[in-house]
Amino acid sequence: MIAELLEDYGYEQERFAITWVSSAEPDRFVSAVRSHSRPGSSLIEEGDMGVTTALEWLSSCSGCEIAILNIGEGLVPLLTEHLDIVHAPVLMDHKYFGQCGDEGLHLQIPEAVVGIVSGGVSNEEHLEVLEEMRKKCKVLIALGSCATQGGIPALMNGQDSASSFDEIYQTPSTDKGAKRPDEIVPALLDRTYAVDEKVKVDLTLPGCPPNPAHIAEVISALLGDREPELPTKSVCDTCPTKREGKGSVTTVKRYTENVEFDPEKPVSEMRCLLEQGYMCMGPVTAAGCARRGAPSCIDARVPCRGCFGSVMPKGNQMLDMMNALASNGIDFKSVVDRRSMLRFSGAHGNLRPKRRAAVKEE
Amino acid sequence: MGKVLHIQPVTRIEGHARISVHLNDEGNVEDAYMSLMSLRGFEKFIEGRPAEEVPRIVNRICGICPWMHHTASNKAVDGCFGVTPTPTGHKLRELLQVMAHINDKILHFFFLAAPDFVLGPDADYSVRNVIGVVKAAPELASQVVKMRQLGQMMLDRFAGKAIHPIAAVVGGFSKPMLEAERQELLKDTQTLLDFSQYALDYAKKNVFSKYMDVIGELGVITTGFLGTVDREDGSFRIYDGRQRLMKADGSYVDFEAEDYLEYLGEHVEPWGYGKMPYAKSWDEGFSLDLDAPKGIYRANTLARLNVCDQMSTPKAQAALEEFREAFGRPAQATLLYHYARLIELVYACERTIELLEWDGITDTDVRAKVTPGAGRGVGVVEAPRGTLIHDYSTDANGCIESANLIVGTTHNIGPMNMSVKQAATSLIKDGAYDQGILNKVEMAVRAYDP
Repeated sequence: MIAELLEDYGYEQERFAITWVSSAEPDRFVSAVRSHSRPGSSLIEEGDMGVTTALEWLSSCSGCEIAILNIGEGLVPLLTEHLDIVHAPVLMDHKYFGQCGDEGLHLQIPEAVVGIVSGGVSNEEHLEVLEEMRKKCKVLIALGSCATQGGIPALMNGQDSASSFDEIYQTPSTDKGAKRPDEIVPALLDRTYAVDEKVKVDLTLPGCPPNPAHIAEVISALLGDREPELPTKSVCDTCPTKREGKGSVTTVKRYTENVEFDPEKPVSEMRCLLEQGYMCMGPVTAAGCARRGAPSCIDARVPCRGCFGSVMPKGNQMLDMMNALASNGIDFKSVVDRRSMLRFSGAHGNLRPKRRAAVKEE
Repeated sequence: MGKVLHIQPVTRIEGHARISVHLNDEGNVEDAYMSLMSLRGFEKFIEGRPAEEVPRIVNRICGICPWMHHTASNKAVDGCFGVTPTPTGHKLRELLQVMAHINDKILHFFFLAAPDFVLGPDADYSVRNVIGVVKAAPELASQVVKMRQLGQMMLDRFAGKAIHPIAAVVGGFSKPMLEAERQELLKDTQTLLDFSQYALDYAKKNVFSKYMDVIGELGVITTGFLGTVDREDGSFRIYDGRQRLMKADGSYVDFEAEDYLEYLGEHVEPWGYGKMPYAKSWDEGFSLDLDAPKGIYRANTLARLNVCDQMSTPKAQAALEEFREAFGRPAQATLLYHYARLIELVYACERTIELLEWDGITDTDVRAKVTPGAGRGVGVVEAPRGTLIHDYSTDANGCIESANLIVGTTHNIGPMNMSVKQAATSLIKDGAYDQGILNKVEMAVRAYDP
């Protein structure tokens, strides 16, 4: 019956699957999630031309698009043979309202097999573009942590965004009396959303930026009608630093001095940064950033801040990290600005404005 | 009845913009705007964050120029905490920032702008892009893709991350450079320097000489300029120096970054989220009037070349001399931004080599002692898109109390609006327009690389 209902709502059979899992069956849950997240590769039909692909960016910085370009050697054949890019504001000139800007009032994106969206959803235009992408693309990929978890712009979810946006037009360099613009520009939503809070997403690829190798892997898996091989572990699980036990560490240091290491020796000779007393989000963060063995911040001898988002599906990096600290006898109150542990995953309701002190009603 | 053309999205730029061209009953341009469509709020959501964390948050303002936000922010936090980076820490930051300019320029000129010139402004939209360039000029394209990748991987290998870097830190840098790393970077930069000269020659031959008539007309406006110059001799600088604000007649004032509020203001119009900086110190107010603009100056490549007295590296200096010989100082033609961009590419390669050859670059004293506390710091660097200003105040705990940012692109929002209006007005006559004409209007924006 659920299946029929879903079909009534316009979800073709190919686009969903239903499996019953009880709460006591974690393994079955994992395998069900894996099989459900099959990116609908069977939807792709073979043809002489490349696979039609549309790219869009919402509340974003273009770092994800640069990560695509950083695929390197495989980039040229990807762009010229394997994919047929029909829409991509950063690279090509397809327009929403016809090429002369005089066709219709509703934005149009061409149909495509694959849709790739970066950025979170924070204004009405983002929402309109995203809904159009969902409508026109068979397989929708959310690329980068903004799209998958809100990313840095979702830090705004931790405060009263309406008054904050107003205050941006009241800085000391801004003309006195200026007001937040409200003509032509799209209205802001109440907060920044991850893409899957607004439309169904077939595949998520987090990271700030995402790893070019994973972007290439996902595309090649789609083209080859197979499952993509993506990391499932935590940053810690993949970190080569030496662990010797936490020793006498009971508080967390701010990163205002360099960590201890011998520059002549590899990262595997450096002691774990948590054990050195620094806040490092490795235990609760999804792996995937490593490109030369070690996680990329660790490679620069800098602690992790969690840019791939939570390693647990629907996890909360702040609560999980506090738990990890507390269970190791470390005083979590020594963490300055605990909310910024959610700096990459503030969507999905994780970050909310602090409640103001209750005002007594007379 | 008149109508409005919505060129949206403006494409092959870094960001979200829309051009609205208002036509009157006769089909002539009554007005034209370029509106920035996105607002994220970095100034507000970094409030309360520990200041030493901010350089790795604000880099997300821009995924193409994250290094410049990263270094400007670190300089601002140095100021807040009253710390002077060690000489090596300071130079490593400059090195990485200058290296980041290299692939930015390759990206903009060849991936975003070149399709208009290689395939022609009127080519159909479906081929007028980097994929079209790859098909039309495969050898050039494969070289370009390789060089950009090389530039990105140099950053990535040494600093852990090319996009959204973490290795510059308050007080200096997170790790020293090994001799082997220095040698490898030197070798790779030499390759890029050779390419940069090839790129400049290629563009002089195939773009600038071929499109001289378009350059002389498209989007041309008359404004002042803002950039950074060396404190001692007025040479071109992108990491550290004094700000120079030049009027259209070539006269200028120099000022220190922390005094920017006396010289620059920001004007707001209701039709775009981007604020429009203007020269407050000229005391003439703000106007985008094409014949008599008020307070309008430009930033980014052409501006930097106009304000500097000379380039400090030999090959870039030779290119600047040739440029000035041809176009004067200050040069005003908007499409010359592309020419200036390629001269900066040569400089960035030469300067990278200079910094790598500096004896102290492999010193291990890379980070000064830092104590978080209350203070104010203004960090300014030259981002690819213009002078980038980060101004922070911290509380006693060293957390951000307030922040004011003026990012590179915004300096040019006013001028881009003027160039759009100039281009649209001169190209659209009596209701006659097509996709090629509207693309030329966009080319006036693209030159600014917003």
